[in-house]
Amino acid sequence: MIKKYLLIITCALGLALPAIHAQAEVDKHARNLAGSCAACHGTNGHSKSGMPTLAGLDRTYFVTALKEFKSGARPATVMQHHAKGYTDAEFELLADFFASQKVGKKH
Amino acid sequence: MSINRRDFLKMTVAGIAVGAFPGIAVAGSELLKKKGQRVVIVGGGFGGATAAKYIRDWSHNKVEVVLIERNAMFISCPMSNTVLGGSRKINDLTRSYDSLKKKHGVKLIQGEVTAIDPEKQTVMLSKGHLSYDRLIVAPGVDFMFDQIGGLDAKIADEKIHHAWKAGAQTVKLRKQLEAMPDGGVFAIGIPKGPYRCPPGPYERACQVAHYMKQNKPKSKVLILDANPDITSKKGLFMAAWNELYPGMVEYRPNAAVLSVDAGGMVAKTEFDDVKADVLNIIPPMKAGAVASMAGVVGADGRWCAVDFITYESKVHKNIHVIGDAVAAALPKSGHMATSQAKICAAAVIEMLQGKQPEQDPAIVNTCYSMVSDTDAVHVANVFRFNVEKQSMVSADGGGVSGKRSAEEGAFANFWLDNILDDVLG
Repeated sequence: MIKKYLLIITCALGLALPAIHAQAEVDKHARNLAGSCAACHGTNGHSKSGMPTLAGLDRTYFVTALKEFKSGARPATVMQHHAKGYTDAEFELLADFFASQKVGKKH
Repeated sequence: MSINRRDFLKMTVAGIAVGAFPGIAVAGSELLKKKGQRVVIVGGGFGGATAAKYIRDWSHNKVEVVLIERNAMFISCPMSNTVLGGSRKINDLTRSYDSLKKKHGVKLIQGEVTAIDPEKQTVMLSKGHLSYDRLIVAPGVDFMFDQIGGLDAKIADEKIHHAWKAGAQTVKLRKQLEAMPDGGVFAIGIPKGPYRCPPGPYERACQVAHYMKQNKPKSKVLILDANPDITSKKGLFMAAWNELYPGMVEYRPNAAVLSVDAGGMVAKTEFDDVKADVLNIIPPMKAGAVASMAGVVGADGRWCAVDFITYESKVHKNIHVIGDAVAAALPKSGHMATSQAKICAAAVIEMLQGKQPEQDPAIVNTCYSMVSDTDAVHVANVFRFNVEKQSMVSADGGGVSGKRSAEEGAFANFWLDNILDDVLG
């Protein structure tokens, strides 16, 4: 039930945020946050190895996954440590950033 | 470095004495004609190379970036312990700077900086000088050989290798391991923290033991640790030693190596003299010499205090410091250097445009250690800027692996591929 409620909030935010960020060329805060993800997941989420690609990921899927890493519902080796260090609002920013990356293009 | 330690000390002392750099004349001509805004970066390791690439990309190639690096090729320190274990060759960790030049338009100068004038905003090289709007100092670490009696750079190069910068010494140390008799002792001396790569020495013990298990099972790794305890991933390393290499790894805390006898291959601690077949003494470290040239080293004489919003030095305006040289409660790791470099790159671009940099940085460190040829363990943390403390503080939830695994071993290799591509691709 709680999970369902969270999902509704997530979706609602998901609709609201792109409108805000559409004005800026790139949200620099989101870009800077996402910079730290590149070591494992590749530049702008374009993985060049076996690590999961984040570029082009559906934003709802991304936010849900991060929340589940945070709660422990989704098993992980590393990601639970990182997910716990970010706020839910930051998950949204990162989700927007990675969702807006074109797949098959690095920059 | 083309200047020796004594000259360099004299210069630093002179700099402190008069509060300026009066002895430095701007020598030769401007090496590259400066047209627009220019950032000069000294040091092309994980931090410096990342800053170079990201300033170009994030400024849409508007800011000129000149990267000065002494080595022709980039060699990754992360994962270089696996060269000792045998699962990698040094070439597997070696990359060129070509993409930075060709794809990102970074101007690369292979050479040595001889002096820096923070007032005139000029970097001196043997053939001329470069003026800058902002300078990023990314010098990594230098070794404090004078802290260990009987050890100097020459002995370290010839006989008692630290192999704490991946490259020629890594290969030499592997050869010493190969030449060691079965039943021999490989001693690793660990300096007091902070030093580059906190879990690195313990990972090295695993890699050496892995080699011994396959090739010289009567041999032993002896860890002489200046610290009172294992400084990183303690439970995971102890489990690896006990379960994968039983009886092969001996750990001694509070056992700082005070001096060495290179002739007899003896390391002396406060308590005893240890004779070994291979001595791998890792000396205490400080910010690389370029940081002293720039006059940005703190009162401790070792590390550089910075503002964590911009990585600008607390001493000199327009000079930024990133990576291992920074004084911080942050691990001195490759990933951390790249994370700092991106925050610094973003801030430098904003500052050049007269804008305010982002005020709420959060950065990540993910550090894998290979405990065998297949299995790895990790430590992972988010670090956030704390306004009251004016420093980076570990966020909730950081931590280490539950247990070592081949899954994490695969992730460690993926990590290496992606981080090297992010830095240099």
